[in-house]
Amino acid sequence: MDTIIKIREQFPFIVNHPDSVYFDNAATTQKPKKVLDAIQEYYETINANIHRGVHKWSMLATEKHEQVRSKVAKFINAQHPSEIIFTSGTTNSVNLLAECLSANYLQKDDEIILSTLEHHSNILPWQTRSKKFGFKLKFANINNKFQIDTEHLQSLITEKTKLIAVTYVSNTLGTINDIEKIISIAHQHNIPVMIDAAQSIAHLPTDVQKLDVDFLVFSGHKMYSPTGIGILYAKQKYHEWLYPLSSGGGAIIDVNYFDTEFAEVPLRLEAGTPNIEGAYGLGAAIDFIYENGGIDKFYLLEENLKNYLYQKLFELSDDLDIYTTPETPSVSVISFNVKNQHPFDVGTLLDNYGIAVRTGHHCTQPLMKHLKIQGTVRVSLAAYNTFEEIDKFINALQKTIKMLK
Amino acid sequence: MGSIQKIEQEILDEMSLFGDDWEAKYNYIIELGKTLPSLSDEYKNDNFLIKGCQSRVWLKAEEKDNRLFFYADSDAIIPKGIIALLLKLVNGQTIEDIKNYDFGIINKIGLQQHLSPTRANGLLSMIKYIKQYASK
Repeated sequence: MDTIIKIREQFPFIVNHPDSVYFDNAATTQKPKKVLDAIQEYYETINANIHRGVHKWSMLATEKHEQVRSKVAKFINAQHPSEIIFTSGTTNSVNLLAECLSANYLQKDDEIILSTLEHHSNILPWQTRSKKFGFKLKFANINNKFQIDTEHLQSLITEKTKLIAVTYVSNTLGTINDIEKIISIAHQHNIPVMIDAAQSIAHLPTDVQKLDVDFLVFSGHKMYSPTGIGILYAKQKYHEWLYPLSSGGGAIIDVNYFDTEFAEVPLRLEAGTPNIEGAYGLGAAIDFIYENGGIDKFYLLEENLKNYLYQKLFELSDDLDIYTTPETPSVSVISFNVKNQHPFDVGTLLDNYGIAVRTGHHCTQPLMKHLKIQGTVRVSLAAYNTFEEIDKFINALQKTIKMLK
Repeated sequence: MGSIQKIEQEILDEMSLFGDDWEAKYNYIIELGKTLPSLSDEYKNDNFLIKGCQSRVWLKAEEKDNRLFFYADSDAIIPKGIIALLLKLVNGQTIEDIKNYDFGIINKIGLQQHLSPTRANGLLSMIKYIKQYASK
């Protein structure tokens, strides 16, 4: 408990709003003071454009920027910092990858396997390009534990399957997928795998070498960093595919009127002045995580909170439809509906009781259609949430149920 | 005072009894939603759907003798209550009066402050649709 208070005290938003309960952490986490101070410090002591200046400030800014790249590499155990590409976020990472693979790898009539659990950000980038380039999308079903059905996924593989791109953790349901198995199945068929780690990165330790994953994407703002910074991890052996359609300053070795010699990955994928302050903030967020015991510690804290929340919600199960099972491996996210009530009504009343939850389809409409519902109420916890807040939420939920009856 | 303004005042008088008690205010809206007759299923399609709401709201208008009559429904009870409130004001009023009415009631009953921008957009969409019918 003391650990939670120690973590909690580092978040000015939480300290400034003692009466509010923030349970929308899967949308974005709050930011610790260390991250906010780092951004301030960056502008007050370092600010210069990176990679091209000969003056000391540019060199200092470049050094700091590249230190963050190394820090991220260490955080997910990448083999080399060049495998870490800075983007503006998960959506941008998937789009960048889809753009490169469409131009340099995927052929007409090739197949990509996604799943019913995917966020729109891991559907639309492939869908728009599949229409343009003529490759096909297939979707793996989910099983009765709300996880990707690995047997069904395996049955979708043909000799035309060129990529499997699935999420580690469902943003809507919190379900942890068996990505070790999915990656192993894919590699038996020499198919590369992209993992959407947006919802796992702040909750589960990530080791890209142990997973042997080929591409991995995530956002900084869901792991205590500022918005507008994200990562595309790409295994070195695939760098030859990674030539972008959009390019510009900083991405080149030599430019002539009609031809260009591009720089190596990652620089050729990071044209233009990047989000330097965002990267600096991301570096500070990683430091914050290590200083507070690492993701393993956060996982344990959140697991205790989640188990308590589950128990409390299951006590109300006569009035609720809960979209998980006791056997489902999951992070600290739970989705439910009040029976016969629209999630919008539940969310509106909870908001008036000072509880911030997310309602709606959570950018996962295919999953909503599969479950035959309009949306859910999603509660998502972070390591700074408390048991008292869960009690307050359950109390507000009971009043909400009563009001809507 | 026009007919819409008179109804507005009646609603404001009724709701002023709730004071700062948001639960009472929402209970009132929920009850309004429950009493609004359901729209027949044949109209619950995209032609009558108001976009910009997180819940689905359908609105159908009819003109009779230069007056407008609205029929509405929603799959969520709070939006249905809010639209029932709006319909109390505008149903059977002349096209001219609806065109000239500013829907100031939303601010006066403090609904705007309880609704976040995304949700308020849904509310504004409802008002926009009513206004559009009147301006056709």
